[in-house]
Amino acid sequence: MIDELQKRILAEVADLHSVPEGAYNLRANGKLEGRNTTANIDIVSKSDGSGIDIYIKPNTKNESVHIPVVLSRSGLKELVYNDFHIGENSDVVIVAGCGIDNCGTQDSEHDGVHRFYVGRGARVKYVEKHYGSGHGEGRRILNPEAEIYMEDDSFMEMEMVQIKGVDSTDRKTRAELKPGARLVVRERLMTHNDQTAVSGYEVYLNGENASADVVSRSVARDSSYQKFDSKIIGNAPCSGHTECDAIIMDTARILAVPQLEANNLDAALIHEAAIGKIAGDQIVKLMTLGLTEEEAEEQIINGFLK
Amino acid sequence: MLELKNISYGVSDAAVHKEIIKNISLTVGEHKFIVITGPNGGGKSTLAKLIAGIEKPTSGQIIFDGDDITEKGVTERANMGISYAFQQPVRFKGIQVLDLIRIASGRRITPADACEYLSEVGLCAKDYINREVNASLSGGELKRIEIATVLARGTRLSVFDEPEAGIDLWSFQNLIQVFERMQEKNETGTIIIISHQERILNIADEIVVLSNGEICEQGSREEILPGLLGTSSAVDACHKLKLKTY
Repeated sequence: MIDELQKRILAEVADLHSVPEGAYNLRANGKLEGRNTTANIDIVSKSDGSGIDIYIKPNTKNESVHIPVVLSRSGLKELVYNDFHIGENSDVVIVAGCGIDNCGTQDSEHDGVHRFYVGRGARVKYVEKHYGSGHGEGRRILNPEAEIYMEDDSFMEMEMVQIKGVDSTDRKTRAELKPGARLVVRERLMTHNDQTAVSGYEVYLNGENASADVVSRSVARDSSYQKFDSKIIGNAPCSGHTECDAIIMDTARILAVPQLEANNLDAALIHEAAIGKIAGDQIVKLMTLGLTEEEAEEQIINGFLK
Repeated sequence: MLELKNISYGVSDAAVHKEIIKNISLTVGEHKFIVITGPNGGGKSTLAKLIAGIEKPTSGQIIFDGDDITEKGVTERANMGISYAFQQPVRFKGIQVLDLIRIASGRRITPADACEYLSEVGLCAKDYINREVNASLSGGELKRIEIATVLARGTRLSVFDEPEAGIDLWSFQNLIQVFERMQEKNETGTIIIISHQERILNIADEIVVLSNGEICEQGSREEILPGLLGTSSAVDACHKLKLKTY
């Protein structure tokens, strides 16, 4: 059974307050705590125990899969492989949150490797939230990796959020797109204290009319460090856009490395990167509306990360 | 309701001291529509910022509703009932028009309530409440949203710094109508507008002419305006537009 602490973490990472509708796989402290499959979505543990396979039948519409992970014990370190086999012409939502509460002195770490095989014409919305809590000295570490293989005319939107409490993240996302496939990434990140967050993307646009839009908005506070390293490779007539927009505060540091590689005359690729502190006149404007300086700053950050 | 007593403001830059506002005293009454005009660089915008608390005077006193607010900050003055519309409205990434109007009103107002304020400035709420207050809005749209935030606050004193600056002539015509309606209703308390547009001067109760950091003329519109016509203190938006009716 999951306890109150785990329930609270679940609410943070998956907006779940009870057992979710539809298919789900709940992993807590390294063990399977619950699973549900549906007529169209099957979840199977890998025979070597290294993770799960999620099978979504072709033409499955308007169904969801939740695969939250909760770590509430200090010193736990795990590596899991989750493979999503998304059938042709299906339309599904996948929610994969991970929350760590570490009150102990040892580091807790969850490294998840997600592989997505997105079938021809399928549409996937993927939502991933990271959250950390607990006042122990042990660090909360999340290192997610994603590999995405998109078949013709498939569409995938990834919404990745990490706002609070994760000490160290090293995210790697690699995608290969066939003709007509489209990948949209929306990353929102806030780091505090001495946290570090590294986010790397490599998107290969291999087919005609493949397209990608990779956008990160982030806020780095205190003495935290962020690195955004996004590379789009155009190997066909295609279009790609990547953007990093960051607010820097206190003594934080941010490195933005947008990269484009065009290997085809008709590859249209764009990158943008902007890093700056909160503009003084934004704070003054909100103060003239009656907010204090601190409230104004919070409003500006909340709006920016919304 | 507002009294400026012997206000001076200066800036020092590498041993050079420049007085921008020189010992100004001004009393503003209840429910007045006051336009402050004068040549560029005369200190008008600085005076507006001194009233809002964005700048602090080097000497003198500011009294608002009987309280000495000279030492009070921007937030405190805002909460006491002073509003200030920026000459260059500020853009925010991610903050939507509805968010800004909610912050201004201090309540979680509904989109329908926000519609009241937006329609007042000629914007259709359903097209705008979910728009971000960012560079995707035109200068005229931003100006109107800026005015809507001041309307949503409904404070006793509203200060507008050159509401017509930086907008196109078409938007200008509509903007004038917004101020004409505010003047007609005059429910929002006292309004101070920094402007040298003849059409705004035309609806003033009182006109103050500020030049070289000093008040050189002050009185009712009837007394002051005739002497300003044809000078840089009372300019036409465009003489051709005057011939057209909108």
